[in-house]
Amino acid sequence: MHVQSMHFKPRAAEALGNGTLQSNLQKFNSTGFTALRAKAVTEFGSDLFEKLRGEGAAIRDRGLANLDAWLERFESEATRRGATVLFAETREEACELLLDICRRHGVKKAIKSKSMLSEEAGINEALEAAGVMPVETDLGEYILQLAGEPPSHIIAPALHKNKDEVADLFEARHRAPRKTDIPLMTREARDVLRGHFLSADLGLSGGNFLVAESGSGVIVTNEGNGRMVTTLPRVHVCLTGIEKVIPTLEDFATLLRLLTRSATGQPISNYVSLFTGPRGALDRDGPEHMVFILVDAGRTSLVGGDMQEMLRCIRCGACMNHCPVYRAVGGHSYGWVYPGPMGSVLTPSYVGLENALDLPQAATLCGACSVACPVKIPLPELLRSLREKQVDRGLRPARERLAFRVWSWVAQHPRLYALATAAAVRLLRLLGGTNGLIGRLPFGSEWTRGRFFPAPRSWRTFRALYAARPRRLRKNRGQTTVFSSNRE
Amino acid sequence: MRVGLFVTCLVDLMRPSIGFAALKLLEDAGCDVVVPATQTCCGQPGWNSGDRESARGLARKLIAEFEDCAYVVVPSGSCAGMIRVHFPEVFEGDAGMLARAERLGARTYELTDFLAKVAHRPKVSAAFEGAVTYHDSCSGLRELGVKAQPRQLLAKVEGLGLVEMEECETCCGFGGTFSIKYGDISAEMAERKCAHIAASGAKAVVLGDLGCMLNIEGRLRKRGDAKTRVLHVAEVLAGEG
Repeated sequence: MHVQSMHFKPRAAEALGNGTLQSNLQKFNSTGFTALRAKAVTEFGSDLFEKLRGEGAAIRDRGLANLDAWLERFESEATRRGATVLFAETREEACELLLDICRRHGVKKAIKSKSMLSEEAGINEALEAAGVMPVETDLGEYILQLAGEPPSHIIAPALHKNKDEVADLFEARHRAPRKTDIPLMTREARDVLRGHFLSADLGLSGGNFLVAESGSGVIVTNEGNGRMVTTLPRVHVCLTGIEKVIPTLEDFATLLRLLTRSATGQPISNYVSLFTGPRGALDRDGPEHMVFILVDAGRTSLVGGDMQEMLRCIRCGACMNHCPVYRAVGGHSYGWVYPGPMGSVLTPSYVGLENALDLPQAATLCGACSVACPVKIPLPELLRSLREKQVDRGLRPARERLAFRVWSWVAQHPRLYALATAAAVRLLRLLGGTNGLIGRLPFGSEWTRGRFFPAPRSWRTFRALYAARPRRLRKNRGQTTVFSSNRE
Repeated sequence: MRVGLFVTCLVDLMRPSIGFAALKLLEDAGCDVVVPATQTCCGQPGWNSGDRESARGLARKLIAEFEDCAYVVVPSGSCAGMIRVHFPEVFEGDAGMLARAERLGARTYELTDFLAKVAHRPKVSAAFEGAVTYHDSCSGLRELGVKAQPRQLLAKVEGLGLVEMEECETCCGFGGTFSIKYGDISAEMAERKCAHIAASGAKAVVLGDLGCMLNIEGRLRKRGDAKTRVLHVAEVLAGEG
């Protein structure tokens, strides 16, 4: 997928001004996943869920601590059960491996279930260029494929679209009478997709987890499409990141409890599919060939570094659901595959710090993401750490760096600080006029465009007022004094 | 009990009365309060912007100023969080300063947290007429667990009724330099907060952080609300609301 992350600011401005998008987001924010998650956590027991989060984080850390060993174990177990395991170092290599499989098996049509890695690697474009027809079968992804748009949420990809927009799209693309009843629209999409399911040569799925001890891939879905993609066509390819490997099935059970509750508030998703090798001699269905393409694409560069905790991510979307910035500007503003807090860490990590300068900055570090994260990724700390890397690599404006240096230096010299703050307070108070509200702040137009800046309430700083008090009061040994007279 | 009051740079500059209200509350609670005259800023702006060096200088200064206090109390969740949670991170790799930072951090409290949990006899003898709603500032809430403490204390204020607004735990959009780097997003977040405040019907929003205070007040007035008051919890508890 083409990286647009350098254009966060204009894209966000566009999103803020897009009334349809704002009303779609509004609906998501008020009736969406956060409320469902909160309910699920309460039902599970908040304390128990906290404990589970700790266990989830520990499981992911155990896998990541010996990533190479677990991947080898996965490879040997999966191979022993008849699957092929391929490794791709880059996104391009992932595409090449898939195209090679398509050529070898004479694939003309590939049906797909949701895979974010497929978005990372630009699989659809690669397939089309090679003459293979990719068909998205997750309803949201299908809508977006028709619309020619990228996903705006990792588990609800078409979140930015409303029913009427989809109705228009279906009418134009399905050449059928316009429908606005959601079950009828879904049925229409199912009818179109049914033919593709039956005629496809290859099924491409993502993978939520890779279980090392059994060599199984896992997908956690709510639509039946994932099961058809992984069982109907002759060839099934599971495309996912190398960091998805976990040691045991027991670990998977723990992570599943966390994943669905964190994502959609469900105790379990409608479908949980484990695929272990191709169709066996006694199996009545399943693919003849089962291939895993496990992609690095920047992941190993995070291992052992200060971003390693990010690799715990199980792609539930809770961080973006809870992110007030995401909730205001939507997923497309972030400009690449992964939006929200996890995207603001992953995008600069995978496509280069210099190609996503705004993302680590465009967060208030409010921490709503990290308290919702099922595997306790300290997202605000990681964002702050990326900001530090930007400073170290000279990627912040010189003006900004100078401002912090000057502030720090002045604040380390209390007398100078007193002079500077006394002047600033007077200036701001003058600017505030009679109502104490500043409408235009020098060097602060970003603030005053949408808000007033309330002026200081006093002509003097606290330090000056405190120092001016009688010595008796300043010594204050247990005296109780009313200071309301100090309010000016 | 020798308690150091760190008023924060924003209170120093913008709202001195909050510093005095905090002082009164601590003294009423029987604390022997010291207010180091040289105090300035905790270094949070630099730290959050990735400028470790500028944060280090200010952190070192603050530690030296308050080290001889049994406790450090701050009328701000984000500055208290900076000292308690982040100072040790600031001095990563500097064992000597790290130990000092950890010792001071463990004794540093947000004002209402201190009054509710540590002060021997927190005394609230204030009155407030009408309904207020409480905005939970992010760092206080999520870094320090400040949630019940201000509400417990506000419950002692005569005449005050607390009505919770929707999404009281959602960020108001301040975020330090975020508010001037991404002004439009920040203002939109503030707008959503203001809408929740208005819907609560409260005549004042009470909170514990200056950044949120300026942001929310600035947006309330911009959207034409001249009436809803924005008050620091210290002012209300000290009877200065």
